[in-house]
This record gives sequence, structure tokens and C-alpha cells, in this order.
Amino acid sequence: MTDAIASLGRTTINALVVFGRAFVFLMRVLASLDIVIRRFGLTLAQVYSVGVRSLLIIIVSGLFVGMVLGYQGYITLVNFGAAEALGGVVALSLVRELGPVVTALLFAGRAGSALTAELGLMKTTEQLSAMEMMAVNPYRRIFAPRFVAGFLSMPLLAAIFSAVGVMGGYLVGVGLLGVDSGAYFSQMQSVTDWNEDVLSGVIKSIVFGFVVTWIAVFQGFNAQPTSEGISRATTQTVVVASLAVLGLDFILTGLMFGAG
Amino acid sequence: MKVRFFELAVGVFVLLGIGALFYLAVQVSNVTDYHDRDTYTVTGYFDNIGGLKTRAPVTVSGVRIGRVADIRYDPERFRAEVTLAIRSEHDYLPMDTQAAIHTAGLLGEQYIALEPGGDYETLQDGDELMFTQSALVLENLIGRFMTNMGSD
Repeated sequence: MTDAIASLGRTTINALVVFGRAFVFLMRVLASLDIVIRRFGLTLAQVYSVGVRSLLIIIVSGLFVGMVLGYQGYITLVNFGAAEALGGVVALSLVRELGPVVTALLFAGRAGSALTAELGLMKTTEQLSAMEMMAVNPYRRIFAPRFVAGFLSMPLLAAIFSAVGVMGGYLVGVGLLGVDSGAYFSQMQSVTDWNEDVLSGVIKSIVFGFVVTWIAVFQGFNAQPTSEGISRATTQTVVVASLAVLGLDFILTGLMFGAG
Repeated sequence: MKVRFFELAVGVFVLLGIGALFYLAVQVSNVTDYHDRDTYTVTGYFDNIGGLKTRAPVTVSGVRIGRVADIRYDPERFRAEVTLAIRSEHDYLPMDTQAAIHTAGLLGEQYIALEPGGDYETLQDGDELMFTQSALVLENLIGRFMTNMGSD
């Protein structure tokens, strides 16, 4: 009995320790953000590997999610004789929810795992310690540029996802199922509001970008310096980041749309 | 050379992202609609506004010329005070223009339909609409219909 309680206590303490370390880590990264302005090339290279190289998966997923929304929305709406409302359905679900959330999930899988694996291997091969020996601060040289790159890329990727999705919905709705093209866009414009829908989607994606990148970079930093440790850290990144995104999405949606 | 390629690719990426945001702004949400900068406001007092919301369209003959800027309850007149923001280029509305709350379709959103009268003077900023017509409340209609049926 005492053992069970003690192990519960140990688990809680360990979780808190990890959380505290993650927070301290974040603060140290934030404190060394000036490197981003001083050596912009470092961040640029990271935006390339995190953002540009995620473009393909984001565009293809966005297109298909939009096309599926077009199909499903049409099938449901045509029962009520409201097939013209398809544009609004596609745009609202993409801009408010699917754009930021699916992009964040894909981003965690595509870019987050790569970040963790890279940093974990750096730690395992003692590159980070070597840097410290050479009086190069790894927070400035390694962590801060990656953090900023992820943080900047997410909103852009989410916007691209939503825009491509709207076009995908258009392809299926207008091109395949014969919804009127003018009605598709005018309905979309009349229900979608810039501040309330598009901007809150952008805010969501900024928050998700922050959280996913934080988790990914910290998991790499915190990985056990073994090959097994790297694999565990990479898995952890995807699992924890995905759960965090879904949980945060619920909270953010409640805050943004619940009170309305 | 390698760095140049990075820079080019990142530049294209950022442009794509901003372009997508711009597309969402213009094509999806039609941001220009909500920033009618040059507007003048008139108020109307309604007995019942039904489900009218701020931002609802204000139309003349179905053409959108403005939006509902504000809705509040006037405790002195015991009526709802609705402020309409109408684009400045539509400055030809006569003083005796009538405002009615209509519903788009059977279950659609409610909007304000203006019907111009015959007065020579036109509505100016801050004027009050003389004639208003409340929203149709379905329950009231059904209630009236039921009582009429009963009396037969």
C-alpha cells in the first residue's frame, strides 16, 4: 500500500521535474532570442528545413481534406436543399479548426520528430557538450533558431493549408458536383468573418506552433543519450505534441467561440 | 550558392504563406466588406428585432448598402434602438425611408430592408428613421393563427 502511494508520488514528482526543466529550458531559449536578429542566416536555414520542406505534405493534405469536405458537405447539405451553403461549410471548418489543427498534427509528425531526432543525436554524440567546451552557447547557436523557425513556420503553413483546402473544396463542389461557382464564394464570404474566423485560426496556429516546437526541441534536449533514448524522445514528441494540440484546441475554441 | 538557395526557398515559402493569408482575407472572408470606412449612421427604433445581430446587412431592394452597427435597448422608449452604418455614397435615401426586419429564406439570417419613401429631404448622419417594421416572430404568428382557428 505504502509502495503504491510512494510510486504515485514518485511519478508525480518526476512529471513535475520534467515540466520544470521544460519551463527553464524555454526561458533560456527565450533569453537568447537576440541571436535570431544577429545571425539571421541560422534561422533562415531552419525555416527551410522545418517550413519549406513541410510544404509538400501540407499542400497535398490540404487539397485532399478540402476535397473530402466538399464531398461530405455536399452529401449532407443537398438533403436540405442547401448545396449552395457548401462554400461556407468548407471555409469555416478549414479556417477555424482543420487548418490549424491538422497542420499542427502534420507539423509535429513531419518537422517535430525531425527536430527531436536531430537534437537527440547531437546530444548523444556530445556535440552540444563540445560546443560548450568551445564557449559556443548551444542555446543561441542551436535551440533558439530552431525554436523561432518552427514558431514562424506554423501560421504560414496553416494559412497555406486552409487556402489550398478551399480550392480543393471548390474543385469537388463546383467542378465535380455542380454547385454554382458564384454561390460557392459568395456564401463563403458572407459567413466567414476576417476577425472572428480567420484571425482566430491564425492565433490558434501561432499557439500550436509555439507548443509543438517547444515540445520537439525540449524532447531532443532532454533525450537519454542512447539510441533507444532518441527513439523514445522522438515518439514522445509526436504523442505529447499531438495531445497538447488537441487539448489546447478544445480550450482555445471554448475561449474564442464559446462565449459568442 | 547553397545559402542563396535556402534564402530563395524560404522567401518563396514566406510569400506563399502571406499569399495564402491574403487569399483567405479577400476571397474567403471578403475583408473589405467589413471595413466600410466612409459611413454615416442612422438609428431606428423597433418594437421587436427578433434575431437581428450586429453586422447584419442593410439592403435597399436587396442590394447591400451597409450593416447594423449597434443594437441596444432604450429604457425610456421601451424599444430596441438599432444603429445602421450606411456607406456614404448612398446619400440619396429620403427622410421617410421605412426600415423592416426581414429574414433571408425561411430559417436564414435576419437583415434590414430599407424602402425609400417620397420625401425630398435625404437622411443625414445621426437622423432617426420615422417608420420601422418589427421582425416577424413565428411563435406570435402561430399563436394568432391558433386563436383564430379556435374562435371559428
